[in-house]
Order: sequence, then structure tokens, then C-alpha cells
Amino acid sequence: MNKRLPIGLGFILLVIPCSLLAAFTHYPAVKALVNSMWNNASSFRPSKFVGFENYEAMLADDRLSQVLLNSTLYAIGTVPLAIGLSIGMALLVNSKLPGTWLMRLSFFMPTMLPLVAVANIWLFFYAPGIGLASQILSSFGLPSINFLGRTDTSLVSMMVVAIWKEAGLFMIFYLAALQGIPANLKDAARLEGAGSVRVFIDVVMPLLRPTTIFVAVNALINAFRLVDHIIVMTRGGPNNSSALLLYYIYEVTFAHRDFAYGATLTVLMVVILGLLAALQFWVLNRKAHYQ
Amino acid sequence: MSRDINRILIGTLSLVLAGVWGLPFLYSVWTAFHPERYAANFQWNAPITFDNFFEAWNSAPFALYFMNTFILITIVLIANFILCTLVAYAFVRYRFRWAGILFALVMVQLLISPEILIVENYLTLSQIGLTDTIIGIALPYLTSAFGIFLLRQTFMTVPKSLDEAAQIEGAGAWRVLWTVYVPLARPIYLAYGLVMVSFHWNNFLWPLIVTNSPEVRPVTVGLSVFATVESGIEWSLVNAATLMTTAPLIIAFIIFQRQFVANFMRAGIK
Repeated sequence: MNKRLPIGLGFILLVIPCSLLAAFTHYPAVKALVNSMWNNASSFRPSKFVGFENYEAMLADDRLSQVLLNSTLYAIGTVPLAIGLSIGMALLVNSKLPGTWLMRLSFFMPTMLPLVAVANIWLFFYAPGIGLASQILSSFGLPSINFLGRTDTSLVSMMVVAIWKEAGLFMIFYLAALQGIPANLKDAARLEGAGSVRVFIDVVMPLLRPTTIFVAVNALINAFRLVDHIIVMTRGGPNNSSALLLYYIYEVTFAHRDFAYGATLTVLMVVILGLLAALQFWVLNRKAHYQ
Repeated sequence: MSRDINRILIGTLSLVLAGVWGLPFLYSVWTAFHPERYAANFQWNAPITFDNFFEAWNSAPFALYFMNTFILITIVLIANFILCTLVAYAFVRYRFRWAGILFALVMVQLLISPEILIVENYLTLSQIGLTDTIIGIALPYLTSAFGIFLLRQTFMTVPKSLDEAAQIEGAGAWRVLWTVYVPLARPIYLAYGLVMVSFHWNNFLWPLIVTNSPEVRPVTVGLSVFATVESGIEWSLVNAATLMTTAPLIIAFIIFQRQFVANFMRAGIK
């Protein structure tokens, strides 16, 4: 049994660090909720309580519905693809093929680079005329495409960047999981006549499930949390086609100086992340019931 | 026989995949080491040059940016090591009312991280007058739920008998922490430190919002300003600057590769 925490010690151990943490996590979350019910102050009138007016504006905001659609497509487009690719990469790197170190380096390199650097690299890659993408297209006799400058390609181009940056990190988790699978399980399946595809689907895949849940949750949170590449590469454009929710919060607050609406959107963001966490909880609990 | 063909096929396929995956980065490296006029037309025998690096280095205060990132990371590291240790120690070694609730509240930060609370955190920062300062960039990151969690997990593995033996020898709370718990968690401090360094080297949105002047800009913000404004979009310069600002991290990674990977895996355990 642990000792009771003396008050004086508790003050130093808990109160100081935790209040610092709360000051930049819980306090802003609550303050966003409060501020979302007030309008912006200006030089000739102070801010006043407006109830749910900001939320009504939010529901009527066409740009926001575009942004939410983008965010959803972005999450649906990046998370499963990054997971699938990273499993494939982990299997390749884990195999006894020659040159695995080169693959490991190539797959993992993007993870080490800051997202801003990744954005610069891809900005160059996509650059019409000069970039490698255009040069490859023109070597096949195709016209060059302005990937970032078209409404129908900009969001997909951003997804490619995100997948390129993240798949290597997820590969590391899968590699760890693969190396933790006992060889005798696979051997037993092989003795019973299972081919390598069957072994993968019936033995390896179920054992990778905890890793997949962990990776999926992280990938999903990252899909909402990381917008550095949007800021550097497209600024949400053209015509909002690549704007994600956090980027929109950034633009509304710091370009348009609309802090009240920024607070309202922050509340929306916290609610979305909370729902995703609840979903995660539910999925994990369901898994526990099956075991 | 067909197994061999299979192996060769898969081997070729994977090498192609690795090559394609590395292409954007390699193209950027190639451009950084060649004169600007080769940026648009690839030639095997183009002359290699280091001029882009010198020119990029001289056209923006990168030394200052590096220094700022270094100061920022030092502040965040020291604060995290101390503060996360204290909280983890309290949770592991003592019992107090509402410990469970408090722990859950701390863990909320894993989900609602400072990155998404930029609006209100910026307002807080401007109220206390710390915008456009390095300490202002660091402030929301001085303690982290992730660090508290990692250290708590580690401290829980410290044998109670060691703790009791130290107490019998007359050690108080602080001595027990310093001589029993901290030394046993040394590998975790190293691994967590590396993750922190890489996180804050990469962090962009928050420093971008908080900083205005070059005197406090970290490298990521400096790089983005250079790439969009100062370079005149000269691709070989942009690519050289991009490589230059990431090189220290890549070198550190290669040196500490094992700890990095080990820590990522440990994070996976939760």
C-alpha cells in the first residue's frame, strides 16, 4: 500500500506541473466554449453575449461544409491507404530478400523529415513544367498537370504527401508486431498445408489487429492535427478545395482575425476528436468481448 | 524453380517500390547539388556544386534560426524531464484522493493536444505578453501527458524492495526519487528526449502563429519564410535550404536509430 501524499510535497509534485498542463489544455478548451457564445470586440464596442449566434453562423457556413467534406475525404483517403501500404512495406522489409536495408531507409526517410521540409520537396515535385511529376508525364507524351492549382487534384495531391510522410512510421510499428509473432504458429499452419497467402490472412492478420487499432487511431488524429503541408503548399486553395478543418481555424482566426468564430470552430474540433475517441473506446471494448 | 522466380519477381517489385518511394527526396537532393539551370532538365553529367548551400545560408539568418530551435528544444527538454518526473512519481509512489480522475484528466492531453487549441492559447499568450518570444513557443509544451504516461509506466516497474531499502537507510522522498527511480528510467529519458527533439524540430503551426520577428523564429518557420519569400522561388536554393535544415535531425537519427525505433515500439504498447 502506498503512503498518503503529504500536502506540501503534493503541491510541488502535482499542483505546479498539472496547472501548467491545464492552463494550455483544459483551460483553452473550456474558454473556447465560453468565447464561442460571445461576439468579437471592436474598438468602439466591447464583446457581448450572443448565445448560439456563432453556432447558427456555423451551420449556415458553406465554406465550412466544404472544409468538413474535405477533412472527411482526407481522413478516409489517407488512413486506410497508409495502413495498407505500411503493412506491405513491413512484410517486404521483414522478408529475407536482398536489399532490405535500402528499402527500410527509403520507406523511413520521409518520416524523419519535418512536414514543412516534406511540403517543400513535394511542392518542387508537383511544380508544373519543372517538377518531376510534369517531366514524367511529358516523357509519356502527356500534357503537364498543375496538380496543386486545380480544384479536382489539389486535395488528392495533399493526401499523397500525407501518406508518403506517414506510412514509414507505421511500418515500424508493424515491423515490431511481425517480429513478435512466434515462428511456430506459422510453421504449424504450413504443416497443415496452408500457402503463404493463407498463413498471412489466417495467422498473421489477426495477430496484427492491436497494432492496426493503435495505428488507425494515431493516423486519424494526425489527419485532423497536421496541416503544415496545406499552409506551405496550397493555403487551402484553389477555391477551398484543399482546406482542412484545422487550416480553416487558422485562416479564420489569424488571417480574418475572427477570434469568436475561431473559438466556435475549435469547439467543433474538440467535439469531433472526442467522438473519435469514443469510437475508439467502443471498438476496443468490442474487441475485448470477442476474446 | 517457381519459388525462385517468385522470389526474383517480388524482389524486383520491392526494389521498384523503394525506388519510387525515394524519388521525390532524391530529386530534391539532386537539385540541391546542381546549378539552377539543371533544375528543369535532368542530365547525368551535370556538374556537382555546393554553391546552393552557401547562397541559401547567406541569404537568410539560418544560424540564428538554428540557435532558436536549439534554445527552444533545451527549454522544453529540461522542463519536461523535471515536471513529468514529478507527476509520474506522485502517481506511482503515493496515494491521494481523486488520483484516478486526475490521471484521466492529464491523459486528455493525448487527444486534445496544444496544436488544435491554437486560438485560445494564442489569446492567453498575448494576455501575458509572451507572443513573439521563444519561451512563448515553449510554454504549452512544458509538460506532456505522453511523458507523464511513459515515466509512470517505467516507475511502476521499479521494485518496491529497492524503494524500501533506500528508506531504511534514511533516504527521504527526494533522495529516493533521485537515487532509485531516476537512474532506473535512464533509457526512457533518452528515448523520450529523442522523440521530443524530433517533435519540436518539426513543429511548425504554433511557432508560425506565435512568432513575428526573425530573432525568435525556429528553423521550420525560417525555412517556410525563405522558401516562399526570400529565395525568389529559386528551386535549387529552396531544396538546398530544405536539406540543410533537416540534416542535423537525419544525422541524429542515424546515430540514435535503435533508441528511436525502441521508443516508437514502446509507445505502441499502450
